[in-house]
Amino acid sequence: MSSTLLNQVAFYLLSAIAILGALGVVFLKSPVRAALALVANFFTLGLIYFMLGNQMIGISQIMVYAGAIMVLFLFVIMILKDQTPEEDKSLFQDRRFIFGLLSAIVICGLIWALVINPTMQSFGGEMDRSYGSPQAIGRSFFTTYVWPFEIISILLLVGIVGSIMLAKRKF
Amino acid sequence: MNTFLNLPLAGAVYEDIPLGHFLTLSLAMFALGSIGVLIRKNPVIVFMCIELMLNAVNLSFLAFAAYPNSHVQANNAFESAMAGQAMVIVVMAIAAAEVAVGLGIIMAIFRYRNNVDVDDMNTMRG
Repeated sequence: MSSTLLNQVAFYLLSAIAILGALGVVFLKSPVRAALALVANFFTLGLIYFMLGNQMIGISQIMVYAGAIMVLFLFVIMILKDQTPEEDKSLFQDRRFIFGLLSAIVICGLIWALVINPTMQSFGGEMDRSYGSPQAIGRSFFTTYVWPFEIISILLLVGIVGSIMLAKRKF
Repeated sequence: MNTFLNLPLAGAVYEDIPLGHFLTLSLAMFALGSIGVLIRKNPVIVFMCIELMLNAVNLSFLAFAAYPNSHVQANNAFESAMAGQAMVIVVMAIAAAEVAVGLGIIMAIFRYRNNVDVDDMNTMRG
């Protein structure tokens, strides 16, 4: 099997799984099932990042999103188990579904016409394939992007302190 | 700078698959996430849909970074690819902080009101 066909088969298979996962998040009634569909989506996205040559980001995607963040979601779902609101029986006939669909179609049409349509043909050229490696990312974060790196650390610290404050407050 | 993990699939994706297909996947995920934010009532699922939209944006950043661009000088291609990677890491960190604080807020609202329906949270209505 040629490399081109292999690439295409892998990409369209992974995209199909990712889209199914996203559909599951939006339309499954049970929050636990929605969370598991989201895990499937994040995992396939990590594999798509590998296809694009981003090894470091792909691994962080699987560890941070499919691991840590989804565990947090599942904990909250478990704590709130019986208190979550019931979805309406007819999610599709709800007024808000129609408006949601309309707004999504408008946004999709605009982005398609203005951004995606000009990029639909594949183009050749040479790329340095080492941009996704941990070495490249580490060097970049300690030279060019050292300020964003420090700002991320402060943001995460503030997030930790804020969530502890929220959790410990007495009502 | 040597690559680690030279997967056979990672070779020259930009010649096999048009950039538009990655962007179409990203657009579909973003649209589904926005529909979910608008139609769901459970705040936890609304948060999941926000995560979906953030990931769609990450995918488009990485796709743009991985493709050769005629507007970028050849000797700047590496730096412009690193800009996409750095942006994605920033978005990931912000998403993690946002999830921690947001789920903390949902828990606080739940302890205060014993009810987390987003349609009933109208105290701050103008």
